[in-house]
Amino acid sequence: MIKIDVDMNKCQHYGQCVFEAPEVFQLNADDKLEYQAEAPDEMLGDLEAAADVCPMQAITLMRE
Amino acid sequence: MTDPMTDADDRPVLIVGASMAGLRTAENLRRAGYAGPITFLGAEPHAPYNRPPLSKELLQTEGQGHEDVAFPIRSALEENVEWVLGRAAASLDTERQVVVDETGAEHPYRALVIATGLRPKPLPIDDHGLTGIHVLRTLDDAVALRQALRPGANVVILGSGFIGCEIAATAAKAGAATVSVVSQSRIPLERAIGPQLGAEVRRRHEAHGVRFFCENGLFGLVGDPSVERVILTSGVMLECDVLVVAIGSDANTEWLEGSGLDASDGVLVNGGLQAVRADGTVLENVYAVGDVARYPNPLFDEVARRVEHWNLPTETGKRAGQVLAAHLRGDDCAPIIEAPFAPLPSFWSDQYDMHLLAFGMTYLADRSEVVAGTLEDECVVEFFRGDELVGVCGIGMRGAVQGYRSRFTPPVAAR
Repeated sequence: MIKIDVDMNKCQHYGQCVFEAPEVFQLNADDKLEYQAEAPDEMLGDLEAAADVCPMQAITLMRE
Repeated sequence: MTDPMTDADDRPVLIVGASMAGLRTAENLRRAGYAGPITFLGAEPHAPYNRPPLSKELLQTEGQGHEDVAFPIRSALEENVEWVLGRAAASLDTERQVVVDETGAEHPYRALVIATGLRPKPLPIDDHGLTGIHVLRTLDDAVALRQALRPGANVVILGSGFIGCEIAATAAKAGAATVSVVSQSRIPLERAIGPQLGAEVRRRHEAHGVRFFCENGLFGLVGDPSVERVILTSGVMLECDVLVVAIGSDANTEWLEGSGLDASDGVLVNGGLQAVRADGTVLENVYAVGDVARYPNPLFDEVARRVEHWNLPTETGKRAGQVLAAHLRGDDCAPIIEAPFAPLPSFWSDQYDMHLLAFGMTYLADRSEVVAGTLEDECVVEFFRGDELVGVCGIGMRGAVQGYRSRFTPPVAAR
């Protein structure tokens, strides 16, 4: 599994990650980011892409 | 000389520019299976860092530095990577496959990635050696400007693009006595996001006390040894302790003069980010990525452009890494290159509590239309070139703006 952490002090809810990995990241009805804290290994590529495009570099991935 | 197509070649992939685009290229080279040597040659003394906070968080937070904006270096780049920082490239010889740096040292390469980015255009008039004049591109620029933006300062910003407007907002929040934006344009941000949104941005700035001097320029500077006043072409004189020049950027391509590459406005590349020479031939082992690359985007048309938006260093780095890894394996790169390279530009700007988010090439539009909400509050604006949707920009309403991404799809076949 991959553990996903978003530093919500940094996150500005730009939603760039949503496009790269919509299974994990979503903007809710108030345009705020919501995400799942875990994802299967085969999503690593999408998750790295999401972390790469985060303007605030707020997304950290850890492989368990 | 060793054959560049065999593994016997121990020369590195040389990435000139220790930048986001360079880093993303290296990561994607590794991801695509290249385990060989990589060398970064960077003009700045810093390892790659994230620039967007430079005009915002880092500019207003005392004590922030490189560690707050540095990109993490993934484990794949911990081995077999050399960092040569604080040395600018001076020339390129594509026949000998060598880059010479400013100290005269030679850096041979098996393949070259050009990621030298941009630098701000300088003050368009004589600065008479005065201090107190700033630009904002690098981390060191941002730290110097932060120290100058003291409460009570009189701040003048030349230029009303995104960087100029973001600095104006940061300066106003930092307690500047006066913030003045001087611009050739009729309306701030007009070229980028059109007259409707530009006028609304101006209204919001003025509500925070920022003054605009549009269709105007700098005529002269007064002060000794630091700037004290600026005289505008309209004759107005402004008190000025801090002058920020934010009138756009030029590509860092001087070092490519005489190399045979087409570097007239950034480095011309094909759909595989491979450099195109002035005679039209392609160099399969020379790539350009990020802000310095000029390429057509089939989402819009066939005109090669340099595009300075947030996600394109990542997109160009990804593509270049894939193509270059195939080239280094000796594979046929044509199938990758022939697939359309059509990244959707994405950008945003934060000024006060206003969040702008945009996709596409809004500046290609000849008209814009508010399709949801109101300009004074939150809204979505569509941008058209003729009947073709070329961009979308919102104030707030991010979910709605995100929904437009699927409307931009590259034309099939033909291109």
